[in-house]
Amino acid sequence: MTENVHPPESGTQFPEGVKLAAKLVGSTDARSPTELPSDDVCLQVTDLGLSYDSKPALTDINMLIPRQRVTALIGPSGCGKSTLIRCFNRMNDLIDGVSIKGRIELNGLEIHDQEVDVAQLRRQVGMVFQRPNPFPKSIYENVAYGLRIGEKLSKSELDDRVERSLKRAALWDEVHDRLNDSALGLSGGQQQRLVIARAIAVEPSVLLLDEPASALDPISTLKIEELIAELKSRYTIVIVTHNMQQAARVSDFTAFLYLGELIEYDSTLKVFTNPTESKTEDYVTGRYG
Amino acid sequence: METSERLPQEHRSLFRARMSLSVWFKSGEPWVWLTATAVGTSIIAVLGLVGIIAVKGLAHFWPADVVTIDYESAFGKQTIAGEIEQRVRIPREQFEESSAVQDLDFVGDPWQLMIKSGNRKNNPPDFRWIYEHNITHQEKQQNIIVFERLEWGNAYGTFVELREQGNKVSTTEPWEELKRRVQTVVGLRSQARAIQHGAIDRINYKLEKLRLKQRGRELRGNYETADLDRRREKLNSDYVLRERELVEINSKLDHDAVVIAIAGGDEVVIPLKDIVRVWQPNRMNVFIKFGHYCTSIWAFLTENPREANTEGGVFPALFGTVLMVLLMSVLVTPFGVIAALYLREYARQGVVVRLIRIAVNNLAGVPSIVYGVFGLGFFVYLVGGSIDSLFFQAAQPAPTFGTPGLIWASLTLALLTVPVVIVSTEEGLTRIPKALREGSLALGATKAETLFKVVIPMASPSILTGVILAIARAAGEVAPLMLVGVVKLAPSLPIDGNFPFLHLESKFMHLGFHIYDVGFQSPNVDAARPLVFATALLLVIIVIVLNLTAITLRNQLEKRYREALQ
Repeated sequence: MTENVHPPESGTQFPEGVKLAAKLVGSTDARSPTELPSDDVCLQVTDLGLSYDSKPALTDINMLIPRQRVTALIGPSGCGKSTLIRCFNRMNDLIDGVSIKGRIELNGLEIHDQEVDVAQLRRQVGMVFQRPNPFPKSIYENVAYGLRIGEKLSKSELDDRVERSLKRAALWDEVHDRLNDSALGLSGGQQQRLVIARAIAVEPSVLLLDEPASALDPISTLKIEELIAELKSRYTIVIVTHNMQQAARVSDFTAFLYLGELIEYDSTLKVFTNPTESKTEDYVTGRYG
Repeated sequence: METSERLPQEHRSLFRARMSLSVWFKSGEPWVWLTATAVGTSIIAVLGLVGIIAVKGLAHFWPADVVTIDYESAFGKQTIAGEIEQRVRIPREQFEESSAVQDLDFVGDPWQLMIKSGNRKNNPPDFRWIYEHNITHQEKQQNIIVFERLEWGNAYGTFVELREQGNKVSTTEPWEELKRRVQTVVGLRSQARAIQHGAIDRINYKLEKLRLKQRGRELRGNYETADLDRRREKLNSDYVLRERELVEINSKLDHDAVVIAIAGGDEVVIPLKDIVRVWQPNRMNVFIKFGHYCTSIWAFLTENPREANTEGGVFPALFGTVLMVLLMSVLVTPFGVIAALYLREYARQGVVVRLIRIAVNNLAGVPSIVYGVFGLGFFVYLVGGSIDSLFFQAAQPAPTFGTPGLIWASLTLALLTVPVVIVSTEEGLTRIPKALREGSLALGATKAETLFKVVIPMASPSILTGVILAIARAAGEVAPLMLVGVVKLAPSLPIDGNFPFLHLESKFMHLGFHIYDVGFQSPNVDAARPLVFATALLLVIIVIVLNLTAITLRNQLEKRYREALQ
C-alpha cells in the first residue's frame, strides 16, 4: 500500500524515469564504494555464497559497505536481499539447513570466526525487521531490553540511555509521558521507531533495516526516512527495500541483486541515472520486478 | 429445471414444494438443529448432574420438623418421632405380594415414608419405612428436642429433667438451662481437644524424635543418653501436667446429664458430654432454621468426621484434597514446562521427537489405576524405601517415606497429568511469533535469555491452560490415590504446628475417596447417603473454584499478550 504513495515514475518511458530518479536521488556523491578510502569500509563481503539445503540462494557476493553511509539493497522478490542482510548479523544461523561460504568482515574481523560471540556480534550489528515487533512489555522495557541483557546499568543510567535512544529515534516527544504503557498501544509507525530505538539503545555500529517501512502508512514512512537520514551520521546503515524511490531518496549506495547474484553495486546516483548493467536499468525503470 | 419449465402453473408449484425439502437438507438447516440439540443435551446433562447432587446434598442440612407418628401395622401399634426423609409410591402389586395385608381400603398405590427416628442406641433402627395408610395419628409436638450426639446419631425426645452429678437440677427455664450447659460442654470439649491435639501431640512428637535420635546414636555405636534422658524427663513431666489438666476437664464434662422421654414413653439419660448441639425444630421459624442450616453447613466443612465418617464434617478430606492438588500443581508445572521447552525449542525436530510426542500423548490415555500401581511400586517402595534406608534408618523397620503418603500421591498425579501440561505448553510455544524471537536475538540476547524474557512469559497463558486441565483431572482422581496415600481416616492433618510443619510423608484424606468410603463402605447406609451427595457437591465445587481461579489468572495474562500474538 505504501509503495504507491509517491507518484510512480516507473514506466516504460526510460528518459523520463531517469530524469525523475535523478531528481529524487538524495545523494550527489557519484563515487563508487571501491573508490572510497580503505578505512571507510565497515563491512567487507568476500565471495559470499549461501545455500538452503544445498539450493543456492546467494552466489559470489563481493561488496564493501562503507562506514556511516546508507547502503540500499534492491531487487525483485526472492532475489536474496533479505538473506544477504541477515548474513551480516548471522540471523541465518537460526535456520536449519543453511550453509555459508566466503567471508564477511566487520571492521576487519571475520564474523564467522569460531571466537566470535554471536550475541556480541548482534549487539554491534542491530537489526530492524519488516513488521514492527515490539515485545509485549512497556515502552520503557522495550528500549531497556537489550541494555538489561548486555550491560549492568544503574537505574538512572538506564533511564538516560532509554531517553537518549527514544530521542534519537524521534519518538521521545510522543511517548515521554507514557513510558510505562504497553508498547502494543502505539501506532504501527511509532512501533517501528520504537523498535529502532530499541536497536540503537545497545549502541551498535551497524544498523540493518529489512524493509523497515513496507508495513507502514505514508506519513510514518516519511518519518522513518527522515530518521534514517538523521541516524546516518552515527551508524552504518544497510537497508533492504522494495521501494526504489525510497532507495533513491535515502541511500548513498545501492546494490542491485538478481537471482542471488550481485548485479551492480555503485553510488545511488549512478545506479539510478546511469546504470552499467542492462538488468539494473530494466529494474530501476520498472521493466520487471 | 427443464421439466418444471414445461409444467403448467399449478404443477410447477407442487414440484417446487418437493424440491424445497431437498433444498432444506442442502441448506444445512438440519445440521444446525442437530448440533444445537447436542449442545442442549450436554447443558441439560451438566445442569441435571449438579442440580441433583446439590438438591440431595444441601437438603440434608435443613433442620426439618419432627413429627410424632402413631401407626398400626401387622406388628401392632407403635409410636415414633422423627424427620420424614423420603416419601415414595409403591406399586400396588408389589405391596400386595410383599405384605401380609392384602385388602387395602383405598384405590391406587400406597405411599411409603422413610422416617429418620434416631435414638439408635435405645430404640433402633434409626431409619424406618412405614406405610402412610397405617398412620393413625400424626402431630408436631412443639416441645420435641433434637440432640446431635457424638455417638449413636441423633436423639429425639421431650425434656424430662436435667441432672447434675446424678441430682435433679430445679430450674424454671429448663430449655434455656439445657442450652447454656450444652454450650459450656462444647467449650470444655474444645479445650480438651486443644490440649490433646496441641500440647500432648507436640510432646509425643518430640518424644518420638528423641527415641529416633537415641536409636540413631545406637546404630552408630554411641550409647550416650544422658542429655536425651534429661530432655525426655522434662517432656514427661510436662506430659503429666497436661494430662492432669485433661483429666480435670473430663471430670467437669462428666458432671451433667439430661433425661428425655423418647417416643413410646421410655426415659433415656444422655450425658451432656456426648451432645454436639440441641435444637427444637418445631419451634423454629424459617429464619432461625436458615441460621441453623448455615451453621450446619459450616460445621460440615470445618469439623472432623465421626461415626465411621457417617456423621460430622469432612474438613480433613477437604484439606487433603486441596493440599494434594496444590502440591501436584507445584510439581507438574515446572516439569511439564521444562519438558515442553526441550521438545519444542531445543530438540531437533525429527523422528525421535515425533515419537516422543506420540508417547506423551498416549501417556494421557493410560488408565489412572495403572499410574497408581506404578506409583506404589516406583515411588513408594523404590524411592521411598531407598530414602528410608538412607536417611531414616533409626525409625526402621517402621517405614517413614517407604509407605503411601502425601508426596507420593502428589507425584503420582503429577505424572498422570504431565502430558496435558506438556501438550498445551508446546502449543503455546508454537504460537509465539517468530518475529519476536528474532527481535530479541537481534538485540544480542542468547536463546536462553529470549526464552526466559520473551517466549515463556508469552506462553504463560497456555501453560496455565495446561495446569487448569491438570487440576481438573487430578482433583477428581480417586483410583490411583487409594494405592499411594489416601486413607479412610487420617489421625492428623498433613500440616500442623510441629517442625517441619508440612509432613509430606503423612497419609491424608481425600474427598473423592471419602465419597467412595461413605457411600460403599459405610455401616449405616441411610445415615450416610445424604453425606455422599453433600461431599460430591463439595468436590465439584472445589474443582470449579480451583479451575475458575486458574482461568481468571490465565485470562488476565492472555489479555496482556493477545495483541502481540496476533
